[in-house]
Amino acid sequence: MPDRIRIEGATKNFGELKALNNVSMSVKAGETVVVIGPSGSGKSTLLRAVNRLEVLTEGDIWVDEDHVTHHGSDIRKIREEVGMVFQNFNLFPHLTVLQNVTLSPITVKKIPRAQAEARGMELLVRVGLSEKRDAWPEQLSGGQKQRVAIARALAMDPKVLLFDEPTSALDPEMVKEVLDVMLALAKEGMTMMVVTHEMGFAKAAADRVIFMDQGEIIESGTPKELFDHPKNERTAKFLAHIL
Amino acid sequence: MAEVKLNSLRIQITDGALIPDKGNKTVRASWKIALFGALGLLVFLPLYNMAPVQDFVLSLWAGLFPSPETNARLAEIHSGKYTNIWVDILLYLPDGLSVTFEVTLSSILLATLFGLAAGLGQISRVVLFNRIATVYVEVIRGIPLLVQIFYIYFALGNIFHLDGFFAAVLSMSFCYGAYMGEIFRAGIQAVPRGQMEAALALGLSRSQAIARIILPQTVKIILPAIGNEFIALLKDSSMVSVMALVDLLRLAKNYGSNHGDYFPPLTVVALVYLVMTLILSWLVAVMEERLNNNAR
Repeated sequence: MPDRIRIEGATKNFGELKALNNVSMSVKAGETVVVIGPSGSGKSTLLRAVNRLEVLTEGDIWVDEDHVTHHGSDIRKIREEVGMVFQNFNLFPHLTVLQNVTLSPITVKKIPRAQAEARGMELLVRVGLSEKRDAWPEQLSGGQKQRVAIARALAMDPKVLLFDEPTSALDPEMVKEVLDVMLALAKEGMTMMVVTHEMGFAKAAADRVIFMDQGEIIESGTPKELFDHPKNERTAKFLAHIL
Repeated sequence: MAEVKLNSLRIQITDGALIPDKGNKTVRASWKIALFGALGLLVFLPLYNMAPVQDFVLSLWAGLFPSPETNARLAEIHSGKYTNIWVDILLYLPDGLSVTFEVTLSSILLATLFGLAAGLGQISRVVLFNRIATVYVEVIRGIPLLVQIFYIYFALGNIFHLDGFFAAVLSMSFCYGAYMGEIFRAGIQAVPRGQMEAALALGLSRSQAIARIILPQTVKIILPAIGNEFIALLKDSSMVSVMALVDLLRLAKNYGSNHGDYFPPLTVVALVYLVMTLILSWLVAVMEERLNNNAR
C-alpha cells in the first residue's frame, strides 16, 4: 500500500517552545492511525499541519503526490481532499444541518444544489441524523453536532480524514455515538489520522498507534504491541496513567 | 457548550442613548419618565399657549398682581393678533425633520459601507489595505466631527463646489465610517476562530470564508452596536445645521431669529430630538432581545 500521508522531519517552534521536533511518520491508504500522548505533546499541532492549518517551521508533508508544505502548492485543492473534524465541532451556527453539509460542495466544488443536497442527505442518513436536516446546530446535542461535522467533512469525498480530539468536548454518554460512526468509517477503508484519548477506540479501530511526548514520537506499533507490551518507559507510564 | 455562550456575544458601545432593556429597571424607569415627560411637554406647551387659555390665565394674573405688561399681553390677545408660537413651530417642524432624517438615513447607509471596508481592511493581510484602513480610522477618530464638517463644506466645498446635502452626508458618513470600522473589526474578531478554520479546512478561500461564514455571524453580533451608532448619528446630524441645510436645529434657529425669541423653538426641537432617540433606543433594545432569544 502506498503512503497517503507522509510526514518528514516536521518541526514547529512557538517562540522558544518546540511543539514538534523532527517528527516523521506516514499513514498508508486505508489505514487508521491513532495518535496518543499527554496534552502539550504536539499531537494536535502535527495533525493540523497535515492540512496546513498550522505552518511548520521545518519539514515536509505530502498527501499522495501533493506537497502540503510547499509554498507554491494549491493548498485549497489539497484541503478539498483532506477532511477535518474538530474538537469543538465548529458547525456554522447560521446554517441549517443540511446547509452545513452542502456548503462546501456547492461553493467550492460547484456541484449543483440538488445533487449536493441528495448526497448530503445520504451522509446524514449514514450518521443517523436525516431527520435533523432542517435543524439549527444549537438545537443539537454535542454528539449530534459532531456527527453532522463528520458528514460535512465526508461531503467533499476526501481521501483522508483528520480527527482532532473529536470526543473531548462531549458529555460521556455521547462519546459512543460518535466513535461508532468513526469505527464504521475505519472498517469501510477510510484513511484516518485520529488524535484522541479514547483508548477503547484505538484498540478497536487502529491499525497503528503512535505515542507522542514533548514534540517527539516515542513509540509506535499495533494497538496490541503498544498497549500490552510498551517498550518505552514513558509510554508505559502514560498508559498506566490513562488506562 | 462553549459555542452557545459565544453565540450570545454582543458588543456594547454606548455613545447612543442608554438602552432600556428589561433587565435594568433603573434605566427603564428613567426612560419612561424622560419619554412621557417630553411627550407631555410637547402636548402641554401648545395647549397652554392657546388664546383662550392664555386669556384666562392672564386675566387671573392681572386680577392678583396688576401690571402694565400683563395688560399689554391681554390687549394683544383681545385684538386677535396673538399667534400661538408653540403651535406655529410644530407646523414648521416637518420640513426640518425630513432633512434631518434624509441626512441621517443616507449617512448611516454610506457609513456602513465605509465601516465594512474599514473593518475588512483592518483585518486584511494585504499590508496596503491594512495601512489605509487603520490610518483612516485613527485620523478620522482623532478629528472632531464639527471640524470635519467645516472642512468638507467650507474648505473642500469651496474648491469642489459641494452641494450642502452631499457635503453633509459625506462628512457624517466619513466620520461615522471610522467608528463603524471599529465595530466591524471587533465584530469580525468576535466570531470564534474555529469558524474560519473549519471553513478553510473545507477548501473555502479566505474571502469565501469571510463572506459566507464570518460576516453573517458578525452582523448578528454588531447589530445592536450599529443601532446605537444610528442614534448617535441622528443626534450628531444637528451639526450639519452650520451648513446651508435647514435641518431641525437650523430650522429652530431661523425661527428664533425671525421672531426674536429662541426659547420656544429650541425647547420644541430639543424635546423632539429626545423623543426620537428614546424611541429608537427602545427599538434597539427590542432588537437586541430578539437576537438574544434567537441566537441565529
